[in-house]
Amino acid sequence: MKLELKGITKQFPGVLANDNVNLSIGEGEIVALLGENGAGKSTLMNILYGLYTPTSGEVLIDNQPLELHSPGDAIAAGIGMVHQHFMLVPVFTVAENVILGDEPTKRIGWLDARRARKMVKEISGRYSLDVDPDAIIEDLPVGIQQRVEIIKVLAREARFVVFDEPTSVLTPNEVEGFFEIVAGLKADGKGIIFISHKLGEALEIADRIVIMRRGKTVAEVLPEEVDEEKLAELMVGRPVDLVVHREEAKPADVVLSVENLVVLDDRLQRAVDGLSLEVRAGEIVGIAGVQGNGQTELVESLTGLRTSLGGVVRLNGEDITTKSPRAIHKRNVAHVPEDRQKSGLVLPFTVTENIVLDSYYEAPVSRGVQMNWGAARDRAVRLVEEYDVRTPSVDVLVSTLSGGNQQKVIVAREFDRDVALVIASQPTRGIDVGSIEYIHSRIVQERDNQSAVLIVSSELDEIMALSDRILVMFEGKIAGEFDSSATPTEIGLAMLGSQGGLEAS
Amino acid sequence: MTATATPAKAEVKTRATPAERRATVIGTVMVLLAVFVFWVFGLGLESGVRSTFNLSLPGERFQNLVWEVNAQWLSFVVAAIMAFLGGLVLRRSHVKWTNVALAIGLGLFALGFLTWAAAEGSFSLVGMLRSTVLLSVPVTLGALSGLMCERVAVINIAIEGQLLTAAFVGTILGSAWGIWAGLIGAMVTGALLGAVLAVLSIRYRIDQIIAGVVINIFALGLTSFLARRVLSQAPDLNSPGRFTSIKIPILGDIPVIGSMFFDHNIFVYAMFLLIIALHFGLFYTRWGLRSRSVGEHPKAADTVGINVYRVRYRNVILGGVIAGFGGAFLTLAQVSRFEENLTAGIGFIGLAAMIFGRWRPLGVLGAGLVFGFARALQQKLGILGTPIPSEFLSMTPYIVTIIVVAGVVGRARPPAADGQPYIKD
Ligand SMILES: Nc1ncnc2c1ncn2[C@@H]1O[C@H](COP(=O)(O)OP(=O)(O)OP(=O)(O)O)[C@@H](O)[C@H]1O
Ligand SMILES: [Mg+2]
Repeated sequence: MKLELKGITKQFPGVLANDNVNLSIGEGEIVALLGENGAGKSTLMNILYGLYTPTSGEVLIDNQPLELHSPGDAIAAGIGMVHQHFMLVPVFTVAENVILGDEPTKRIGWLDARRARKMVKEISGRYSLDVDPDAIIEDLPVGIQQRVEIIKVLAREARFVVFDEPTSVLTPNEVEGFFEIVAGLKADGKGIIFISHKLGEALEIADRIVIMRRGKTVAEVLPEEVDEEKLAELMVGRPVDLVVHREEAKPADVVLSVENLVVLDDRLQRAVDGLSLEVRAGEIVGIAGVQGNGQTELVESLTGLRTSLGGVVRLNGEDITTKSPRAIHKRNVAHVPEDRQKSGLVLPFTVTENIVLDSYYEAPVSRGVQMNWGAARDRAVRLVEEYDVRTPSVDVLVSTLSGGNQQKVIVAREFDRDVALVIASQPTRGIDVGSIEYIHSRIVQERDNQSAVLIVSSELDEIMALSDRILVMFEGKIAGEFDSSATPTEIGLAMLGSQGGLEAS
Repeated sequence: MTATATPAKAEVKTRATPAERRATVIGTVMVLLAVFVFWVFGLGLESGVRSTFNLSLPGERFQNLVWEVNAQWLSFVVAAIMAFLGGLVLRRSHVKWTNVALAIGLGLFALGFLTWAAAEGSFSLVGMLRSTVLLSVPVTLGALSGLMCERVAVINIAIEGQLLTAAFVGTILGSAWGIWAGLIGAMVTGALLGAVLAVLSIRYRIDQIIAGVVINIFALGLTSFLARRVLSQAPDLNSPGRFTSIKIPILGDIPVIGSMFFDHNIFVYAMFLLIIALHFGLFYTRWGLRSRSVGEHPKAADTVGINVYRVRYRNVILGGVIAGFGGAFLTLAQVSRFEENLTAGIGFIGLAAMIFGRWRPLGVLGAGLVFGFARALQQKLGILGTPIPSEFLSMTPYIVTIIVVAGVVGRARPPAADGQPYIKD
């Protein structure tokens, strides 16, 4: 059994996303697909899954060309996909999501809930996924949601499975679990395509690594032959510095102080439960923690997007607890939100419009009641250049940009002014190594310009690389504090709720 | 212990949550209403005055069932229970039960009000309850039509126009070829208007509100014009027969309940069956699962091979059929003639009932009955002759609508993709 993509070309208006790409996957093989943001990986996979029609080229299984007009055709051909942005109905149960589109029914289309539940349990048991068929999706952490996506694919008896950036939303523990699942799939004879920006992961699990740049496959290597530096260079086309360089921090005055903050989540539970912290000018404080321990609510509350139930937030001594998002923004607080598509961008707006989203009402972008689109465009063009956003022009809709490039648009917008405080959630989620290097150096630069920086990330590596001080968040409270010399194991333990960190100081 | 860990039981002083703030408002309103009942309905009556509620209608098997109470005394009891419930709500210890307390409180208020209105006289309680069910039919059917569409994320603001046009076509065909032809014609008309809405909003992605408004204006203009030109010239085209009541044996003879539920025309029975069918259909069948997925997350539905457009077309057209059925009720059962703008906003009230019913068939039934009650009250009070000006009485259903839509019931969650066109790349 062999899956082949032959001579695939996809032309979008102004972008040649795929340029005569050839790729093949065999049974029981894991192929890692690497490439910069906008290289065309997701596009290629969407073609394979029947979501896009290629301009030219064909997909074959065992030398038989496939007719792929819709995902239904791909599913029928045994191709499954776990998307970069999950495709689950949030208000449905796990079982309902799994059966959707291929429902076991009794007479007159009556759903056979028992069979659905059994099927989920069976698959979940076979690959030790440990998923409750009756749980509602929106109550589940992303790691489990991803397992639901995997069950969905397996329930349709896919022989080839595509994972588009599966690990970018997972915590280190969940990544381990995910690799075990993938190994199980491989042992079962499934062919797997794995997209990631984390080079170490590709080296760890792939049998073969294919590298794309600007729509073409530029190299194919075996993991034994290369190391991370080499991979990065192949991807970006120049040597990349994978280590963050920074001087010792010189913390000055307290910029952000949070006292006994209490914030409710959407289900009215106390997600942040009496949390206190301080961030000083000239230091980077990293908040580590397994996702779902209140980080989201904390950041939303600090930036004015969610009203807190109790406690005080001060910025440079001023009480901003109940201030509006704009008022907080105007006090020079930059915010890189966790979910770029939900709260970072207006997807049906152009790149330019998104770039000036925070300043459209001020000179030079605004002239009283009238917009100065010239000035807005100039700014967008400059930032696209500076942050290496891959887009045919600043006038295209931001929704057509690749995931990583969307993220860069947000970072560019937020960092392009004099900021006193940076609050960044998952600032480099889904961004390629070359751009991570740049964004990290920008964050350090902000710190050196005496900004206070608060980074929230589920990625421990990123927290450890950037932070001068690390706080671990657990069940809505700070469960431990570490300096930058702490080991990942110590921090990892604290993330799971065991007491740790600096003794009373 | 670490330096940063907060003491486990440090109770932080907190601000009120939105639900708690709402409970305060509602609790206060309930207590004020209790005071009002005590003052106006209780103290406003002479002691010893009795109110009589008739519990049977002429021609029923069991005759002369009445319930006679001391009006003042009942008002005091009602006021006391309402004040007690209001107090419970104000304590905010069980915020989840706010709505239940509110519903009971409003029911009691209605009872107090009726007692007051019927003081020194008698009032046909069964008659009013029966009217409640009858008058809820067009509202409920309209709401179900809206629900069918919004569950697949198409907003149907054209219910009003669908009802009106269907009522018109039903009248003409009913007069020409009999009531069954009228009924079928009305349903086909609803389906056609549903198809127009579907094409405009799914295929051409016209703003769904605007598409709906256009249909409404078109429907009102066309039917008014034709009513003036055609029906006034040919009056025999404006006198279809009527679907009469069919009493269900045994069940129909139960006091009160029999007249309320088991002695009606086919529309009422069909409405209840439809509610049950839709409830099970939406939540227990493949059709329902797919429909809801298309309304919540069309892209997810698409990636598992569901044809989003087909599901939307089908449901929007079916929604039109339901509205058409509701339109037929207006001229083939309720009255048997068509008048200009006969619907007078029932479609919009239906939309409100859909929201009030939280996009669920059973909720819609409850909401429909509330609106039916408001209209029945308005009619019966007109007959009783209370000191309340009749203009105020006719406002009741609309006031209820405004209060409901303004969110008295708290925020319900519409289907996530409601109103958004689906664009395939
Ligand atoms: N629907 C679309 N319309 C127009 N252009 C598109 C569309 N989808 C993708 N593109 C363009 O095609 C190129 C490839 O995008 P793609 O999403 O495949 O990149 P990617 O390799 O997955 O990147 P990332 O790692 O950031 O996810 C990008 O330049 C993007 O702007
Ligand atoms: Mg991608």
